[in-house]
Amino acid sequence: MADFDDRRLPSRFGGRGRFAMTALVISAAGLTAAYGMFVASTAADQSPASMPATAPSQPVSTPAQTSTTIDPRTISVHRPSNPTADHTRFEILQQDFQDGPAVTAACLTCHTEASAQVMKTSHWTWICPGARKELEQRQGIEVGKAEHVINNFCIALGSNEPRCTSCHIGYGWKNTSFDFDNPNLVDCLICHDTTRTYKKFPTDAGHPVYAEKYPQGRPFEGKNWPPVDLKQVAMHVGKPSRYTCGTCHFFGGGGEGVKHGDMDVTLDQPQRDLDVHMSHQGIDFNCTTCHTTRDHKIAGRCFTIPPMGQDAVARRGIEANLLDCQACHTDAPHVSAKLNDHTDRLACQTCHIPSFARRKATKMWWDWESAGRLGPDGKALTETVEVKGEKVSSYDSKKGSFIWARDEWPDYVWFNGRVGHTFIGDTIDDQTPGRDLGRRTGRFDRLDDRQTVVPINTLHGSADDRGSRIWPVKIHRGRQPYDVKNKTLVVPKLFGPPGSGAYWSDFDWGKSIQAGMAYVGQPYSGEYGFIQTQMLWPLAHMIAPKEHAVRCEECHRPEQGRLASLTGFYMPGRDRSDLVDDAGLAMIAVALGGAALHGLLRILMGRRNPS
Amino acid sequence: MKHELIYSRFNRFWHWTQAMLVVLLGLTGFDIHFQGLDLFGFETAVMLHRRLAWVFVVLIAFAIFWHFTTSQWRQYLPTRQFLLTMVRFYLIDIFRHGPHPVRKTAIAKFNPLQKLTYLGLKVLVIPVLVSSGFLYYYYNQWGASLAPTALRPIALMHTVAAYGLTAFMCAHIYLTTTGRTLWSNIWAMITGWELTEDDSEPTVTP
Repeated sequence: MADFDDRRLPSRFGGRGRFAMTALVISAAGLTAAYGMFVASTAADQSPASMPATAPSQPVSTPAQTSTTIDPRTISVHRPSNPTADHTRFEILQQDFQDGPAVTAACLTCHTEASAQVMKTSHWTWICPGARKELEQRQGIEVGKAEHVINNFCIALGSNEPRCTSCHIGYGWKNTSFDFDNPNLVDCLICHDTTRTYKKFPTDAGHPVYAEKYPQGRPFEGKNWPPVDLKQVAMHVGKPSRYTCGTCHFFGGGGEGVKHGDMDVTLDQPQRDLDVHMSHQGIDFNCTTCHTTRDHKIAGRCFTIPPMGQDAVARRGIEANLLDCQACHTDAPHVSAKLNDHTDRLACQTCHIPSFARRKATKMWWDWESAGRLGPDGKALTETVEVKGEKVSSYDSKKGSFIWARDEWPDYVWFNGRVGHTFIGDTIDDQTPGRDLGRRTGRFDRLDDRQTVVPINTLHGSADDRGSRIWPVKIHRGRQPYDVKNKTLVVPKLFGPPGSGAYWSDFDWGKSIQAGMAYVGQPYSGEYGFIQTQMLWPLAHMIAPKEHAVRCEECHRPEQGRLASLTGFYMPGRDRSDLVDDAGLAMIAVALGGAALHGLLRILMGRRNPS
Repeated sequence: MKHELIYSRFNRFWHWTQAMLVVLLGLTGFDIHFQGLDLFGFETAVMLHRRLAWVFVVLIAFAIFWHFTTSQWRQYLPTRQFLLTMVRFYLIDIFRHGPHPVRKTAIAKFNPLQKLTYLGLKVLVIPVLVSSGFLYYYYNQWGASLAPTALRPIALMHTVAAYGLTAFMCAHIYLTTTGRTLWSNIWAMITGWELTEDDSEPTVTP
């Protein structure tokens, strides 16, 4: 945790303020003496005690600062009960499974509706219902799967499936011919494994390493992936855990902590100061404690729809969705009434996530344009750099250059829960400078905000919109390829064998984009360039204990505050009127100056005319 | 010359408590406003400012009661009599060591300039300061939905009034030195007793 006190900067108003303060401090000193003498004098006062001795010297009391210590053992929020089925005793599981789909087929003999349920979820379809609706309205097309979604990490799924779909909740999504209606292709084990041995191989379209094919394991990037004992895993299934969710979600963007900025492996067994709810030392929340689940639908996929309105505070068991902190904490959770006054305009996360990527660095800048610089041997090379003691990749011939951040203040935006997206096929504005649209250079990137910055997503909201609250976000910026003539973001083919056009094998953008755009069936003019983009990631995980929450003066200060960039509202301690300050200080100066002049004249005249 | 009790015990208690509160409210208030001064730190300053404000309100309630039950409010009724004489005294006569033109007695504590100034404080500056302060602090309880953009004018009004009161304090403290001796006014405000000119009229004794 960064120590806030060390960052305290002298205020622009220090000089003026000191002037007013000095005057006040001097009068305070004099007053104390006078008051002391007055009190002493009343003791000797001869006048009858006609006035009641009222002494309102006690400050008006505030509610007692009660501190409640929660004994974690008394909370049974997510304590697993003993299951009523011992899966080791099911005969159908006592077999040496050939592959994943064979396991699923076995699961489905009892859990007959499981695949049908999973197939309705975004874990399977890979498109958020809200984004789908937005796209259909804008481009007037029926969206099948994830082909239109784009980001500024590895850009897009199309033509790169075998690599990307190692995080799909299915088996074998290699290309567009994947059968989304085959129930046996749902991967039950990736979520229900309790042995921590089930892992999908990074480049095999969602399949783990099978013993039959790779009895000695399968190498990948210098690591050997041992074959999975499917029988053991199948016989030890259970509820999802932080570990199982994390097998994918901790690695979004192609590596640990890359994408989100609030999720990495440290959340598997988090210390209390990393996540006060999920800490195994405390109340040990599971992901699904808040991301409540019904029929395999997990609450919380994308922020398209506000998780919960201010008036719709739900209690556990009444509403399915506990994503909003208020569902448990209400919108007046603090002892201090003034803190509670904040909850209408601040997301809880704004104060309770004091910094993001607290344990592991997260990627902030990804410049695809710089990719392709090969080593002297003509081979791809990688370079690393240290960020707060952690070694991270700064350059990769396949991907370009990166900037990472660790344990840093988030950015803050007004957000009403609605998100807009730029999809593949959307025409982009490549003229307007980013700064004219409020898309500024960040602290951890090389964005040039005099150039265009395409918003891959837009968090809607403003100070005027009463439904908006201030949210902490991680902003991932970068440069990625686009079609200069059609003015669209393009899909490069990245993953594939040499000769396929895959950039990671052939290092030729022209061929890569040609192949990618042809694959997803989008027009491509043949001329590409690179354009700056940004993507906002609202932060919601790694909630710190209250003693580490953001302190008042980290926002309420004239300069360098956390919310310095947010406008359209008056914030005490930050905002002021220079006119009022100048006029007010002038008024004090006149009073003091007048007194000084008058006094001086009295002294001078006294000396000249002693009478 | 004789000793006369000008300021009753409550009068003095009220005056000095108010003075103390105004200075502390000023210190905490300007600490909140300017920061970088690190007098209390924002959080503590806000807490103190709020509590002091409530104490101030209690004190004002007692003071209003006192002013009306003792008819002391009449002391503030403005008058033009001797007004220009007072101005002339401060601008000219004081340098010539002329006598103070207005006599101070228990039933007429203030000179015409004081009457005007204190009346202004009582009916304008302090009401504006207190009401804007409460509208400011309890903004969420009334204005966040009713008047979403009202916080800025309220805050600025509060700041303007605070500057006004601070400027008054500076002049006020200086003018205490213009009494019979440098310290006589302050001493009188502390003990209640002041050396006043004797005359044939019966004096008011406590």
